[in-house]
Amino acid sequence: MAAAIEFRQVNKWFGKLHVLVDVTLGVAPGEVVVVCGPSGSGKSTLIRCVNALERIQSGEIVVLGDSITSPRMNLTRLRTQVGMVFQSFNLFPHMTALENIMLAPMKVRNAPREDAEKTARALLLRVGIPDKAGNYPANLSGGQQQRVAIARALAMQPKIMLFDEPTSALDPEMINEVLEVMTDLAKSGMTMMVVTHEMGFARRVAHRVIFMDGGQVIEEADPETFFASPKSDRSRQFLSKILSH
Amino acid sequence: MLDPGVIVRNFKFLIVQGFLGIGSFAGGTLRLAIPAIVLGFALGIVVGLARLANAAWIRVPAVMYVELFRGVPLVMVIFWMWFVIPQLLRLPIPEYGVALTAFVIFEAAYFGEIVRAGVQSVPRGQVEAARALGLSGAKAMRYVVLPQALRNMVPSLVTQMIVLFKDTSLASIIGYVDLTKAAQIVNNREIRPFELYLFIAVVYWICTYSMSRMARRLERRPSTA
Ligand SMILES: Nc1ncnc2c1ncn2[C@@H]1O[C@H](COP(=O)(O)OP(=O)(O)OP(=O)(O)O)[C@@H](O)[C@H]1O
Ligand SMILES: [Mg+2]
Repeated sequence: MAAAIEFRQVNKWFGKLHVLVDVTLGVAPGEVVVVCGPSGSGKSTLIRCVNALERIQSGEIVVLGDSITSPRMNLTRLRTQVGMVFQSFNLFPHMTALENIMLAPMKVRNAPREDAEKTARALLLRVGIPDKAGNYPANLSGGQQQRVAIARALAMQPKIMLFDEPTSALDPEMINEVLEVMTDLAKSGMTMMVVTHEMGFARRVAHRVIFMDGGQVIEEADPETFFASPKSDRSRQFLSKILSH
Repeated sequence: MLDPGVIVRNFKFLIVQGFLGIGSFAGGTLRLAIPAIVLGFALGIVVGLARLANAAWIRVPAVMYVELFRGVPLVMVIFWMWFVIPQLLRLPIPEYGVALTAFVIFEAAYFGEIVRAGVQSVPRGQVEAARALGLSGAKAMRYVVLPQALRNMVPSLVTQMIVLFKDTSLASIIGYVDLTKAAQIVNNREIRPFELYLFIAVVYWICTYSMSRMARRLERRPSTA
């Protein structure tokens, strides 16, 4: 089967800083890939390239069969097929949970209000907070906000979901409710790229773990292998640091 | 002794003509202030957004516009509109047209800066989240950034509107009969400066005070914090 996401010899610079170095990488449809690595290694940049929030300077990225680095690519089409969840939730504070979820279907797809609302309510049920539809983000806990953010991304019925440290800003007691939603999503067959340091999640849910350092993919392995016998010194060092917490 | 009779006798002229602008003279404080605020703010949104554009050919003229009009006195802009522009265009402009145009052009520079600051006060992640959902730049601005920016702008926006409202009294120098000029006309006849200028001070104050009260209400609107 063709890859859902493919990086071919991708290079990206921020000014003089070389943040992605010859990255070549494939993600199969339905695959869950966890991306880890030290701070500043380029994890966020890597997944932000998939929905073209960042542009690359050389190489090619193919998403669902379309080269997104070609000048003729359709940005809106790409972004409706790829959902993204941010570390800081980024919910729209002037809209209720329901309105946050309804915005894109209504304004991008021109869905009728009733349909958008029906979908939004179903999604809130799916992420476990049907009773919070009318709440503004300020009146939701961090875990609830992140679940609304996941529902908002799902409202466009994406084929791929990107997560950038979705639980890093959460209090420990709220991490699991978000990870559970993500686990369900993975079981439903969603293609996912997840930047996270939640190694429990990686072990249980990921099909593959990618370790990055200095803008390079240093190691790729199934979670069993990666955690039991990391091959490189850098990944060993990294694992000993985060597992000692 | 205070003689309230002078106000009573001239109440209709002061309020209907001077304040509201209904009458045989070109004039009216509200008739000038309200369109000036609405149009000045509308142009201010354009200027403020242009100031933030990536393209230099949009941004640079906007920067120059703001810097130019913030650097000169309003009276001078009014004189330009009154004496210079009609000569250049070879076409007479009535007082109302002059005053309104001068205010809109001048105030748009200030409103533009307020809009710029308001837009910049919205966190970067908001735009990213909107764009990541597939919204175009314009839709992200319209549905996500501007509503939040406007809310953050309310205090400085109202301050600027109050300034503009009070500055409409400057239009009297070209013969525009606003509240200040109306009081002056009555005073020339009746020589009751204390009563007249106290009266118009109260009228101005009531207006500006209700504007700032309304602003505080808007700011305190619940839940959308
Ligand atoms: N917009 C930007 N402009 C300039 N440099 C940037 C920008 N975004 C990221 N960088 C730099 O690029 C490098 C990679 O950043 P990136 O955010 O991808 O790392 P990361 O692996 O996600 O780190 P973290 O774990 O801290 O989130 C870092 O050195 C960062 O400082
Ligand atoms: Mg990051």
